[in-house]
Amino acid sequence: MTRILMKGNEAIAEAAIRAGAIYYFAYPITPQNEVGEYMAKRLPEVGGVFVQAESEVAVGNMLFGAAASGKRVFTSSSSPGISLMQEAISYMAGARLPVVLVNIMRGGPGLGGILPSQADYFQATKGGGHGDYRVLVLAPSTLQEAVDLTMLAFHLADKYCNPTMVLADGMIGQMMEPVEFPKNYAEEPLPPKNWATTGCQGRDPIIIKSLALDPVELEKNNIVLAEKYKLMKRDEVRFEAYKINPKNRILMVSYGTMARICQTVIDELEQEDISIGLLRPITLFPFPTKEILAEAVKPNIEAVLTVEMSMGQMVEDVEVAVRDKKPVEFYGRTGGIVPTPEEVRDYIMKILARETPAVRSWNG
Amino acid sequence: MNESTHAIFTRPQSFRDVVTHYCPGCTHGIIHRLVAEVLDEFGIRGRTVGVGPVGCGVFIYNYFQTDFLEAPHGRAPALATGLKRVHPELIVFTYQGDGDLASIGTAEIIHAANRGEKFTTIFVNNAIYGMTGGQMAPTTMPGQITTTSPRGRNVEECGYPIRVAELLSTLRTPAYIERVAVHTPQNIIRAKKAIRKAFRYQIDNKCFSLVEVLSTCPTGWGLTPNESLKWLEDTMQPYYPLGCFKTPENEVKA
Amino acid sequence: MPGVIIDKGYCKGCELCVKACPQQILSMSKEITNRGYFSAQVHDPSRCIGCQICALVCPDAAITVVTHGQRYVLYDY
Repeated sequence: MTRILMKGNEAIAEAAIRAGAIYYFAYPITPQNEVGEYMAKRLPEVGGVFVQAESEVAVGNMLFGAAASGKRVFTSSSSPGISLMQEAISYMAGARLPVVLVNIMRGGPGLGGILPSQADYFQATKGGGHGDYRVLVLAPSTLQEAVDLTMLAFHLADKYCNPTMVLADGMIGQMMEPVEFPKNYAEEPLPPKNWATTGCQGRDPIIIKSLALDPVELEKNNIVLAEKYKLMKRDEVRFEAYKINPKNRILMVSYGTMARICQTVIDELEQEDISIGLLRPITLFPFPTKEILAEAVKPNIEAVLTVEMSMGQMVEDVEVAVRDKKPVEFYGRTGGIVPTPEEVRDYIMKILARETPAVRSWNG
Repeated sequence: MNESTHAIFTRPQSFRDVVTHYCPGCTHGIIHRLVAEVLDEFGIRGRTVGVGPVGCGVFIYNYFQTDFLEAPHGRAPALATGLKRVHPELIVFTYQGDGDLASIGTAEIIHAANRGEKFTTIFVNNAIYGMTGGQMAPTTMPGQITTTSPRGRNVEECGYPIRVAELLSTLRTPAYIERVAVHTPQNIIRAKKAIRKAFRYQIDNKCFSLVEVLSTCPTGWGLTPNESLKWLEDTMQPYYPLGCFKTPENEVKA
Repeated sequence: MPGVIIDKGYCKGCELCVKACPQQILSMSKEITNRGYFSAQVHDPSRCIGCQICALVCPDAAITVVTHGQRYVLYDY
C-alpha cells in the first residue's frame, strides 16, 4: 500500500470520498478551508456534489435534506461554524438521520482564535443543541487515525442513524503526515435505508420529521433514541491503553493531539524509572467510563491526570468516572497554546510531590 | 519648510496612526480613509460606533479612533439595530465584505434595511472571500477562478453573482442605496461623496443607508494591485453598474 | 509650489500612486523599508502640480501633499 504525505484537512476529505461520501456541503472557516477546497477539486472527478452554502446554518439544513435521501453526506467546519449547525444537528438526531460532521476545533469562545483547541468537548458530547440526544464522537490523534475514524464515522452514522462527529483540532487539520487509504475497503453489512424519502412510487409515503405534538408519542421517540445510545455505550466504546501496567503511579487521560504530548512525557519519564500510563479515549461519546474507573481504582494509582487544550471539559467526565475513588487533577492550556511536554512533566512531578490542589485535599 | 507651507491632503484624524494588515494595494485602505475623512468633516468621531465584520475587515476596530463592536459573521446589521435603537443619538455604521453581507448575513441586512434602521452600511464588494484564502463569494464573477471554484464559477451550478444594491433597492421602505468604486481617482472622489451623503442621511435621522463599494483583492485574484484595478473596470463594473439606486426622496411605488 | 511627502513607515510599495500620477514623477525606490517593502518615492519633485491624485489612491494614507505659498482647492473632495 502506498503512503502519501498529506495535510490533515485533505486526508480527511479523501477518506470521506473513499467511504463513499461524495456529497459535501460547507462554508469556509479557518482552519479547515483545505477540506472544502480539496472537495471542490475532487468531487467533480468522482461524480459527487460540492455546494458552498451561504452559511453554516444553511449547511446543516442542506445536510438534513441530503441525508434524508439516504446518501452518505458530510460537512466540515470549525467551532463557531459548528455552533451554527446545532439546531440542524438536533433536528437530524430527532429525525434519526445519519450524517457525519467534522469539527476542526479552534480557540473560543466567540470569534476566539484560529489556533487549535479542545474546547468543544462539551458542545460535541453533551449535545450543543436542544433536546435529549447525543452525537457519537470520534477523536483522532494522528492523521492516519483521522483517515480511519472518518471512514468509520460513516459506517457508524449509518448503523445508528445518528449524527456522528469527528472531533479534530487545528493541528490535525493543518499538519502533514504520511497516510494510507485502504485498498479494498469493506464494511460490515448495514441494513438497507428503507426510511429514505426517495419517492413513494410502489410503497407507502415516508415522512421524515421530528415533530410529535402528542406527548406520549414524543416520549416514545425519545425512548427509542435513548435505547440507541445505550447500544452505543455497550458496543462502540473505543480507547487506547498506552504503557498501562501495574507500576503506573499516575493514570493520564487525554485525547486527540494532547495524547501525543502525553505519550512523549510518559516515554521520557520511563527513562527516569517513573511509570505513568495513558488511557486515550477514541470515542468521546460513548466515553470509556468503566475502563477509566477500572484503571483508577488499582492500588498503584496515586492520581488521575487529565490534560486538555481547554479550561477543563473532559475532566468532568473523568471525575464522574472515577467517582472520588482517587484524586483527579487537570492540566490545560487554552487560547491556541499547545502545552509542551516539559510543562506537563513539571505538573506530574508536582502531583507526585503532593503539591497540587486535588492530591493535597485528598490526602488531608 | 517655511511658514507658508500648508498641508492640503493629510491622513485623517479618525484613521489611527497604525500600519494596517491589509495587503499592499488592497482598496480596504482607501475605503477606511474615506470613512475616516467623512467622520472628521462632520465632526462626529466622538459619537460614532462602528460594527465590524468577519473577513479581512475584522481588524477594522484597530484602525478607527472610534468605539467599535465585533459582530459574528454576517450579524453586524443586527448588532447595529440593537445599538442604534437603544442609543439613537449615536452614529452607527457597519463595515462588511461580500461573505459577511451577501452570504451569511443576507437575512440581517435585508431586514435591517426593510425596517428602515437608521444606520449606515459600507459594503465592500471584491468578488471573493479574501481573509479565508480566496474562496468563491456570492459576488464572484462567472468564470472567475477561486479556491472553491477551481474550474471557474459555473453559473449552471452556482447561479449568477448577487447584485446587492439592486436587491435592497426593491424594498418599499425609504433608504439611500448607491454603488460606487474606488479604482480610479475620479471614482474615489464620487465614492467619498456617496459615503458623505450616507452619513448625512443618518445625522439627519432620515433612513437606512448603504454604499456598495467595488473593490480589489490583488492577493485573492492573483494580480498586481494595478492589474486588479483594471480587472475591476473590465470585469466587475459592467456587471455591477455604478450609480444611485434609491434615495428616501424618490420612494419605490409598492 | 506643491510637494508630496511619502511616509515610508506606512508605504507598502503597492505602486498605485506611481501609475496614477499624471505627471509621472513617482517611482519605486530601490531601498527596502523597515517593513520589507520597496517604497514609492518622488523622483522629480519640481514637476509636482499638487493634484493630490497620489494621496487619493493611496490605501495606506501614507501621502501628505503640501503647498508652499497660496492655499488652493482644485476640486470638491
